[in-house]
Amino acid sequence: MNQSIIELIGVSKKFGDYQALHETNISIKNGEFITLLGPSGCGKTTLLRLISGLEKPDSGKIFINGRDVTDLPPEKRHLNMVFQSYALFPHMTVYDNVAFGLRCKKVPENEIKDRVNKVLRMVKLDTLSKRKPNQLSGGQQQRVAIARAVVNEPIVLLLDEPLSALDYNLRKNMQLELKELQRRLGITFIFVTHDQEEALSMSDRLAIMNEGFIEQLGTPKDVYEEPKNLYVAEFIGETNIFKAEISEAYDDKLSVEIGDKRFILNNKKKLSAKQKVHVVIRPEDITVWGENEITPEETKDMLSGTVEQVIYKGSTVDLIIRLSNGKKILASEFFNEDDENLDYHAMEKVWFDWIPGWEVILPYE
Amino acid sequence: MSKFIRNFYTSCVYIFLYLPIAVVIIFSFNNAKHSLVWQGFTLKWYAVLFHDTALLQVAWNSLALAILAASIATAIGTLISVSLFRYRFFGKKILHALIFILILTPEIVMAISLLLLYSFLKIPLGFWTLLLAHTALCIPFVAVTIYSRITTLDTAIFEAALDLGANDLTIFHKIILPLLFPAIVSGWLLSFILSLDDVIISYFVSGPTFNILPLKIYSMVRLGVKPEVNALCTLMLLFTLFAVIASYQSIFKKKLK
Ligand SMILES: Nc1ncnc2c1ncn2[C@@H]1O[C@H](COP(=O)(O)OP(=O)(O)OP(=O)(O)O)[C@@H](O)[C@H]1O
Ligand SMILES: [Mg+2]
Repeated sequence: MNQSIIELIGVSKKFGDYQALHETNISIKNGEFITLLGPSGCGKTTLLRLISGLEKPDSGKIFINGRDVTDLPPEKRHLNMVFQSYALFPHMTVYDNVAFGLRCKKVPENEIKDRVNKVLRMVKLDTLSKRKPNQLSGGQQQRVAIARAVVNEPIVLLLDEPLSALDYNLRKNMQLELKELQRRLGITFIFVTHDQEEALSMSDRLAIMNEGFIEQLGTPKDVYEEPKNLYVAEFIGETNIFKAEISEAYDDKLSVEIGDKRFILNNKKKLSAKQKVHVVIRPEDITVWGENEITPEETKDMLSGTVEQVIYKGSTVDLIIRLSNGKKILASEFFNEDDENLDYHAMEKVWFDWIPGWEVILPYE
Repeated sequence: MSKFIRNFYTSCVYIFLYLPIAVVIIFSFNNAKHSLVWQGFTLKWYAVLFHDTALLQVAWNSLALAILAASIATAIGTLISVSLFRYRFFGKKILHALIFILILTPEIVMAISLLLLYSFLKIPLGFWTLLLAHTALCIPFVAVTIYSRITTLDTAIFEAALDLGANDLTIFHKIILPLLFPAIVSGWLLSFILSLDDVIISYFVSGPTFNILPLKIYSMVRLGVKPEVNALCTLMLLFTLFAVIASYQSIFKKKLK
């Protein structure tokens, strides 16, 4: 189960002079749900096409199930791809679209019938099998594209932004259905998206890509809580970033000055004094107090600012706080027992801090 | 006022374009041998036409030639446009440009050059030289018609087919051919019409052994326009009209789907 199903070693790709993918190493375990996440043009599709064999790498080797497939054409790789534009055959019915791959492999017609019908039932399209693609809604076309790929029983399914054309509700449904499908099939999914929420909620691991590089590959929790660099931290979720210089460093603690207050933080990365760092704090890790909720003694280790905007979000209240040096901070406060009303208002002076250790300290690059 | 002028102007253009054709059609039903005055309705000239066995033979010649030339040109033109679209090969850009140049080449130039070629190779003028010439005339038109359709296809469907294990042959006959079918039909009909009424090239490359309709008509009217010719032209017009409508339909229907 833990053996790697796909392994890329030093794979790179250029289009003309443009380096679409820099030398990349990645190893994907059998049964994983891997997401490639990144802004438009960062090389997600390119990476997927290299794995599928539709594109040949300029350097490096690609292994599937331990076998070197670098020079094999797509049809010999036992992978199937769901295309960004679905790419259904417009002149064929849903049934014929799904049967296409099996017919290419000369599977006997009665077996094709069983397998196609089974897959169509699975994606809930069995009643629409005689329709043409343009007689289907976006979500239904999407499911035909998935059915057409999984009917071939690939060992890995590659999905290039399969949900990007769908509206919000359908998208949520399809996310659940895809996850469920993956569990049922037990095969590896490599999924491309540029929606970070989708990536965080669906993946076992995700790769954050930027300009042809994989910046970080890890579980959603890792990537969110322990971003490797500033790019990843800012790309995933909201962040508050303080620039600071380490004044003292010890084995497991360090001290920095942020907004004329001294903070003693964990030194997980074994940084040394005088190093310049970014201190990254998530909005939901910040705790805010109004002036009358707190004694002057307690504010000794806190930062202060004025509330500039209060944004009610239902389950949270977001505050935009401006510090005396002009910097803006975003804080998300949850409704809970000790803070039931959260009635902050603009121009109010507030104090805030965070639980030491929940911050991420990134050295300058 | 300006609306009136506009309408008047358009009417004039239409009259200028269509009056001669209308005259031909009307006079094919005129019950008079030479008169340009309406003498009453008759189908006599059509009857004469259908009893003129020499003329019918020529009509069959033309039809057979047009069908053959259109079919060969369509087959070759389809392959050219598909390979221009799907494959990268040496001289692809030049071939692409050449096709457009061929469409714009004056027919007389093509006629003379073909004639030179045939006499250089000592090929006797007749059916084969005509067939070759008409096929050459039609190929670029077919290629352009089909190529313009093929470029509207989503290239991802070919990749999807590759990904599902299709080889080039399967992609060609399971995906490309069905999707291009309307364009292929209209390319064929276009060629058919081109061949059916081509005079200039045919005039140069035909021989005494094989006469065709446009040349026959040409020789008939040299002695004055006979009413049978009007009837013959009316029939050809009908035929062409039918072909145009059929070709239009085959494209249009596919777009609706
Ligand atoms: N066939 C090609 N020829 C030239 N350049 C290409 C080609 N395919 C991709 N590129 C370039 O490579 C870069 C990466 O493209 P890619 O399609 O992998 O991006 P992506 O991450 O999938 O983006 P998106 O989210 O917009 O789909 C882009 O800058 C693109 O312009
Ligand atoms: Mg893409």
